Amino acid sequence: MKTIHVKEIIENVKEMCIEANHYLTDDMKQALKQSEKKEKSPLGKQILAQLEDNLKIAAEDMIPTCQDTGMAVIFIEIGQEVYIEGGILTDAVNEGVRQGYVEGYLRKSVVKDPIFRENTNDNTPAVIHYDIVAGDQIKIVLAPKGFGSENMSRIFMLKPADGIEGVKNAILTAVKDAGPNACPPMVVGVGIGGTFEKCALLAKKALTRSVNEYSPISYISELEEELLKKINQLGIGPGGLGGSTTALAVNINTYPTHIAGLPVAVNICCHVNRHCVRVL
Amino acid sequence: MKKTITVPYDEETVKQLCSGDYVYLTGTIYTARDAAHKRMYEALEQGKELPFDIKNNVIYYMGPSPARKGRPIGSAGPTTASRMDKYTPALLDLGLKGMIGKGKRTEEVRHAIVQNGAVYFAAVGGAGALLSKSIVSSEIIAYDDLGTEAIRKLQVKNFPVIVVIDSKGNNLYEIAIKEYMEDGSA
Repeated sequence: MKTIHVKEIIENVKEMCIEANHYLTDDMKQALKQSEKKEKSPLGKQILAQLEDNLKIAAEDMIPTCQDTGMAVIFIEIGQEVYIEGGILTDAVNEGVRQGYVEGYLRKSVVKDPIFRENTNDNTPAVIHYDIVAGDQIKIVLAPKGFGSENMSRIFMLKPADGIEGVKNAILTAVKDAGPNACPPMVVGVGIGGTFEKCALLAKKALTRSVNEYSPISYISELEEELLKKINQLGIGPGGLGGSTTALAVNINTYPTHIAGLPVAVNICCHVNRHCVRVL
Repeated sequence: MKKTITVPYDEETVKQLCSGDYVYLTGTIYTARDAAHKRMYEALEQGKELPFDIKNNVIYYMGPSPARKGRPIGSAGPTTASRMDKYTPALLDLGLKGMIGKGKRTEEVRHAIVQNGAVYFAAVGGAGALLSKSIVSSEIIAYDDLGTEAIRKLQVKNFPVIVVIDSKGNNLYEIAIKEYMEDGSA
């Protein structure tokens, strides 16, 4: 049994909110750099170069990479041999988000009620997903999600007879419809299988995987590669202003599903695909 | 083609701007996004005045992150324009001459752009840190209670934008995609 005090959770979540909003992971930075070399459109090339400059300015001057510093999505894996001391874990996570967004000069983008829309002024509550796992550690993955791309995400409840062609079609449809709205080049997170909410969660989690890493399932990794190629032939390009770089990666997660269903969720993220990971 | 223009501007300037032009804006622009548009629209419905004279002006669809000490503004990139579509034709009818955002517009908005002689510009989405460097000053002039969504008067210098929909109704999003679409992808 290991004891972790809520103060440690608060401090880490706070730092992670600030870190994720000012620095992208190395795989994202490399992917942008490589795409700039390969981009066919001169304007597209120029936009990709601006995005790289943007990352430099964000880090050097401590200005958030994007003004939409997102709603804080947090995946927590708790080892079942961990004892949380000093308070409630969910409260601690939200306190960390509050401190991170207020003290880190991040934008407060959360409204209390979806219809009446009064800003909570501290970006809480976060959206938290818990998993109980073996061991005596807590793993926190924090991914602030902007809504330009979130709004273009889709769920398709396909029929089993639609098969893999139906899945490809669904993903391409979502990307085509998203077009310039989702701030391309995008990262496409896909969930296949499970139930309605499970496939959405798979898609969201897929966005936190490195853009250089393929699915361990061979036919899925082939699908990721094929779809990335097809998406980059759509012509949407950087900023949606035409070009050969529409997506940097397609990350797919799968899960067993029901005999009657084939759910597919497409969670689109812009090039500001933010996440950071800490293990306590 | 690269152009530099000062804002506000009139119909003559609008005529010179074509889809695909890379434009640097210098002068005064105003921010307004979802909640401010809703409020302005409701004010018009009630026969009230808008909080600033919209004639010949440009609205930037943007809600910044907070400014650090000694800086005019925080991160300041464009938000998706289509959420403002419902309110836009009414503002164009009042003389709004330009909008800066990102993403598609409805046919109604495109029609109102042509009818009123205006321009829809895109700024690069997700480049908020870079774009903030072209903003010299920022002052909240209305709807203070809306926080990031308040209306701000911005002084900009060489603010980089691209003409998406010009006053003839040409739409760069449609033109450019066709140019780079490869066979078998449609």
